[in-house]
Amino acid sequence: MTKKLMKGSEAIGEAAVQAGCHLFFGYPITPQNEIPEYMSMRLPQVGGTFVQAESEVAASNMLYGAAGSGERVMTSSSSPGVSLMAEAISYLAGAELPVVIVNIMRAGPGLGGILPSQNDYLQSTKGMAHGDFRLLVLAPWSVQEAADLVQDAFDLADYYRNPVLILGDGLIGQMMEPVEFAEGREPIKELPPKDWAATGNDGSKPRSVINSLFLDPEELERHNYHLKEKYDRMERDEVRFETSGLDADYDLLVVAYGTVARVCSTAIEELADRGVKVGMVRPVSLFPYPYRAVREAARKAKAVLVVELSMGQMIEDVRLAIEGSKPLHFLNRTGGMLVSPDEVVDKIQAISEGSSQEVVHA
Amino acid sequence: MQNDVIMAGFGGQGILLIGKILAYAGMHEGKEVSWLPSYGPEMRGGTANCTVVISDRPVGSPVIRSPRAVVAMNLPSLDKFEPDVRPGGLLLINSSLINRKAARDDLTVIEFPANQIANELGNRRGANMVALGVYLGATEAVSLEEVVEVVRETFAAKPGVIEINITALHRGHEIGAACAVGV
Repeated sequence: MTKKLMKGSEAIGEAAVQAGCHLFFGYPITPQNEIPEYMSMRLPQVGGTFVQAESEVAASNMLYGAAGSGERVMTSSSSPGVSLMAEAISYLAGAELPVVIVNIMRAGPGLGGILPSQNDYLQSTKGMAHGDFRLLVLAPWSVQEAADLVQDAFDLADYYRNPVLILGDGLIGQMMEPVEFAEGREPIKELPPKDWAATGNDGSKPRSVINSLFLDPEELERHNYHLKEKYDRMERDEVRFETSGLDADYDLLVVAYGTVARVCSTAIEELADRGVKVGMVRPVSLFPYPYRAVREAARKAKAVLVVELSMGQMIEDVRLAIEGSKPLHFLNRTGGMLVSPDEVVDKIQAISEGSSQEVVHA
Repeated sequence: MQNDVIMAGFGGQGILLIGKILAYAGMHEGKEVSWLPSYGPEMRGGTANCTVVISDRPVGSPVIRSPRAVVAMNLPSLDKFEPDVRPGGLLLINSSLINRKAARDDLTVIEFPANQIANELGNRRGANMVALGVYLGATEAVSLEEVVEVVRETFAAKPGVIEINITALHRGHEIGAACAVGV
């Protein structure tokens, strides 16, 4: 298979099609409009259906209906649009419907701006909407990884019967990089038939009911324990992360995800040329979070630096991971501004010189 | 070995296109590449720029704050990006539309009248190709032959414009090669 130069948004769309997703419902919002644009061109070629809904609320409920019939289905949006979908996402989780949702984050709050951000971390991993539920959240750092994770996301959604969120920033959506799609890709999970799906009934089997309403409290409590058991299995089996520089000695550990981790990797290379040793953990799954990997990597370091395009969201999980065992530092840009490798280099030098202020929590 | 460049001008000059052609050619040569456009709330006729990285190793940051080279196709682009060029780097100035000299003295500066050259070649819209040629001639970031291949593919649907664009590319390449710096 040859490499193609593709925009992240187009690669995400193509990956979905190749994963057997033939239904897409969405509503336009910058900076991810190339995903619905691509799907509107591509889906008719494979006999699929693209619908530009009248709103994000409508699109997310179309997702519910299509997933309930057992089809592979996807939507994509950007931060404010995802907030509008949040209610339906809670219903999707409650009704155990496998869908893939792509959030190409832009800067907020409110309508905010259209430039890259990572300010939806807490929403994605902890508080998308009402009720006790979790999304499996995957964060790519390159166009190739975005394509790979989208294909995995469909398998994971089907396997767990749970929504899976692809969380990228505006750079992932807009950047072009070479991407390759493996031929004859096998599912990453053994997938049972969707015997729960509502596909029509001739009276030969019990009716399939797709529902998130449980008025009997005992039944709802059982349901919540059942959901929790799935989230526990995700935490056991689906943690994904990458590390660099952890085999050698290092003074500082960097924790960053998405394209920010690439900026950090360039900074770390520059520092290595000057003899400054830095290790990095890059979470790929944000839920489940690689707590153990961060905790163990922090042991060898004198301090930990978190870099984010937010006012400090993932840093809360890093705090949980290292439990105050090491001084914690933070570097960020927000509003659509990007962190540059030079800023990371300067911050790391400030930490080693003792002139960077630690993040202290009361 | 890494080449990175910010190409900037106004919307409609074909800046994003020459960035893509450069990235494609790099990929065809087996290199790692990234192409990152500016996508601010711009309107038609506003400024446009893209960052292209071509590297022997996986591209780290696709965001380059201090590029090794800047191609400035109009004055706002020169004003914006000249201060960012890495010391010792390359600054290409389209003197057809920019009526000032470079302010810095620590760069290799190549001035060339891209629009005038394109007009003389009978290719009024080919200033971008001239600029790409100059960049290639000066840096050898990717081979001219590979870029010519990509131009043929890019304009396959408009065969009438292929040769005039390749001519513009060659003309620019001669200018760049005469000032080759190998940044």
